[in-house]
Amino acid sequence: MKRLVILCITIMGFITVKAQDKGYQLGDLAADFKLKNVNEKMVSLTDYKDAKGYIVVFTCNTCPVSRAYEDRVEGLHKMFAAKGYPVVAINTNDPIVSPGDSFDQMQERAKSKKFTFAYLEDPNHVYTKKYGANKTPHVFVLQKTAKGNEVAYIGAIDNDQEMENPVRDNYVQNAVNQLLKGEKPTVGFTKAIGCSIKWKKAAGK
Amino acid sequence: MKKIVVILLLLISYVGLKAQVKLLTLNELEQRVAKGKDTTYVINFWATWCGPCVEELPYFEKLNAENSKLPIKVLLISMDFKSKIKEAVVPFVAKNQIRSEVFVASASNQQAFIDGVDKKWSGALPATLFINTQKKIKEFYEKEFSYTELATHIKRISNQ
Repeated sequence: MKRLVILCITIMGFITVKAQDKGYQLGDLAADFKLKNVNEKMVSLTDYKDAKGYIVVFTCNTCPVSRAYEDRVEGLHKMFAAKGYPVVAINTNDPIVSPGDSFDQMQERAKSKKFTFAYLEDPNHVYTKKYGANKTPHVFVLQKTAKGNEVAYIGAIDNDQEMENPVRDNYVQNAVNQLLKGEKPTVGFTKAIGCSIKWKKAAGK
Repeated sequence: MKKIVVILLLLISYVGLKAQVKLLTLNELEQRVAKGKDTTYVINFWATWCGPCVEELPYFEKLNAENSKLPIKVLLISMDFKSKIKEAVVPFVAKNQIRSEVFVASASNQQAFIDGVDKKWSGALPATLFINTQKKIKEFYEKEFSYTELATHIKRISNQ
């Protein structure tokens, strides 16, 4: 009997781990965090008292795709922070594997690009893994509900990385606008090319 | 005179190399693969800015070189920005003396391109597709490969 219980617990543990590996799906409740911002202050989602939701952007300093989107991320913050959807950016990369993503370099980038949104480090990729960000940039739009912060959109910022089309689908913008109107985003999940996460190397390697 | 010769040689190599990097749409890729009959295509999606991609490129080059007499073909499809072809892709191909066919993906709708390659692809790089129309084989991997892994895959697919 005892063995059976242990086996059951092991299996359950395995299933939970598996589910976590995949990260969040639409409708899941996203975890809050307490991570260091480029201004040295710790930031949590609960700090934004008037927020109706959040635009969580997993990104980095070094990826050309992320860099191509920096101004657009700043634009989203300017457009939506006052309306209750601030941008919270999280750097996904290990600073040893990717020195350009060290905390100093993040501070430097935030300063030179005049970011007005929070740009947080994520030591040991805890929240990158929990959310299931698998590339940069990778956006999770969260909606504050009575149950918690519900994942309402996962994917790309828009469908025009190089800004070459006069008409582009501004996925995040559309999703947040719909949420502000009390609607469910029509497009909840999108895909785009991004940079792989620069994961910390296992000790001894 | 010597200078002129050098410049001419540079120009020739530039023109020659430039011709090696062509734009490729999803439709063109599908047609190419369909025409291949018994050929096994190893299609690697990479970018000049993607560290792990650049690391594994020599393995694809080796695979292509060592199987030149067999119906095995490596296609390297760069996901670099189209505006960076001259500035990044062409010089990269020249510097690394890449012999496999190199393309830059041309996609007006990137999501349609990603899903068209494989529904399992999240969009992260590198990614590799093994495809053989005649044998109805299509295997997709969003990961890095070692040379041994590539060789094992090809051996298994060829024997199927």
